[in-house]
Amino acid sequence: MREIEYREAIREAIVEEMDRDKKVFLIGEDIGVYGGAFKVYKGLLDKYGPRRVINTPISETAIIGAAIGAALTGYRPIAEIMFIDFAALAMDQIANQAAKIHFMSGDSIDVPLVIRTQGGVGKGLSAQHSQSLEGWFYHTPGLKVVMPSTAYDVKGLLKTAIRDNSPVMFIEHKMIYPVKGPVPEEEYTILFGEADIKRAGKDITILAYSNMVLKSLEAAEELKKDGIDSEVVDPRTLVPLDIDAIINSVKKTGRLVIVSEACRRGSVAS
Amino acid sequence: MAALSDKVKIDMLKKIIEIRKFEEKSIQLYRTGKIWGYLHPCIGQEAIPVGACQAIGRKDYIISNHRGHGHCIARGADIKKIMAELFGKSDGYCGGRGGSMHITDMELGILGENGIVGGGIPISVGAGLSCKMDGSGNVVLCFFGDGAANNGVFHEALNMSAIFKLPVIYICENNMYAISMCSADSVACRDVGKRSCAYDIPGYIIDGSDPVEVYKTVSKAVKQAREGRGPSLIEAKTYRFYGHHPNDPAQYRGKEEVEYYTSEKDPVANFKSRLLEEKIITVEEIEKIEKEADEKIESAVIFASESPEPDLEKFLKENKQDNNRSGF
Repeated sequence: MREIEYREAIREAIVEEMDRDKKVFLIGEDIGVYGGAFKVYKGLLDKYGPRRVINTPISETAIIGAAIGAALTGYRPIAEIMFIDFAALAMDQIANQAAKIHFMSGDSIDVPLVIRTQGGVGKGLSAQHSQSLEGWFYHTPGLKVVMPSTAYDVKGLLKTAIRDNSPVMFIEHKMIYPVKGPVPEEEYTILFGEADIKRAGKDITILAYSNMVLKSLEAAEELKKDGIDSEVVDPRTLVPLDIDAIINSVKKTGRLVIVSEACRRGSVAS
Repeated sequence: MAALSDKVKIDMLKKIIEIRKFEEKSIQLYRTGKIWGYLHPCIGQEAIPVGACQAIGRKDYIISNHRGHGHCIARGADIKKIMAELFGKSDGYCGGRGGSMHITDMELGILGENGIVGGGIPISVGAGLSCKMDGSGNVVLCFFGDGAANNGVFHEALNMSAIFKLPVIYICENNMYAISMCSADSVACRDVGKRSCAYDIPGYIIDGSDPVEVYKTVSKAVKQAREGRGPSLIEAKTYRFYGHHPNDPAQYRGKEEVEYYTSEKDPVANFKSRLLEEKIITVEEIEKIEKEADEKIESAVIFASESPEPDLEKFLKENKQDNNRSGF
């Protein structure tokens, strides 16, 4: 199977969905000619034009508000928050508006909105560009939280996110963008709430998501040298969470290590 | 802009009276415990939603705020369903889950009241984008108060709407108080409407107690928006006759001030007098309108009282099981 970069897989998902559904559009900072801070949107302005690739001022609240308003009136926006750290600037729109509208309307209104962002350490960008803030969104009812670790997963999950009728926090990892992985040419989607066993083993379960899956797979190879056979479980989506897959793995191994790069206190891992 | 016919003016008076009476009744029901949660009546401000909604068509959108019953009623929302929602009952607009601050009716283009001051302003950008992308010529009325105008979202949203030339009409109902803080102390340039120059869009500062002036001004802004020439900012000066909510005695306001606005700037009394002076209506006809409004509201109260409570067990069960909705 061909291998493509994580960022290319994201672009492919977006292109396929934008071609399939004219109501899908992109909005965010520096996503025009610049192609996005991580070059995920390279070439998309030329392909779709400024009507569907909407380059905005540095106004995170208005970006999310714009996406919500468009979602309420028939569109399926993909809003980009360049770094998850900047989501702090838009938290009212994310947590009080997007997340709550469906519930407060008595389930009568959908907000089909994807918020694409990325987090995590690894590039020496210090504490305002390196956080793992998935816990904020995990804690907020009304949001789905997706954290893909591979090119294959990111493509299939993003396509599902775009078709979902709820607001989805789609959290990528800045260190995975250039990582290549096998991605089939033919179309596929991945359902939310289905964990993936990234490595089967019998001695210990390592539960990890996003970049920590890749680190855990490396660690599993080290452990193998000591004769320890690790099973790496990647939930892929934190909300909804495939708790059965985790329980089944731990039933088999009898041991569990949870690996996360987020602040431990009050975290998803804790 | 179409000149208002006598019939339309009478319809506008009906709406203004209906909103006033609805709010008076809701305060009474709040005091007796039938309505609970928060309640923010718009008594004194009725002319703005009525004048503004008169200036738009069926397919346009409105975005409201926490003091939003008037916007919804002016837009044609069903007062039975609003009342039931205030009661927290299952036949309310949100099945009892939203309450006073979250009435939404997508069929009427009411994209929602909002419990967060300023929360609806950025959403207007998206509704405006949607109208522009559709090429429908539809417009968005975004209502908010002087308090919201001091939130950062105001700047982000107006700037973005202006650069994209979105068909959004920003209507600031300056009722002079953001809970307790007077806008004279909170708005550096005194008039929110003056801020339009920062976005290079038309700005209007008008008397919000006059529904005809509101109608005329909003109509101008709607025309500009429909023609693809972008947003406008309208500041309608108004006055909140009572406190922020029914339990607020509003002691931060002077007696003379309250007397002046409630006697000189009462949209209900003033519009009645005007239509009488213009000989469009008679005293008897006004009495009939008031009687009909009372009856309509009474039947809404009966509807709300008789509506079943939301089924809590069913709700919890659905939300626990419904992984798809990322509930609890």
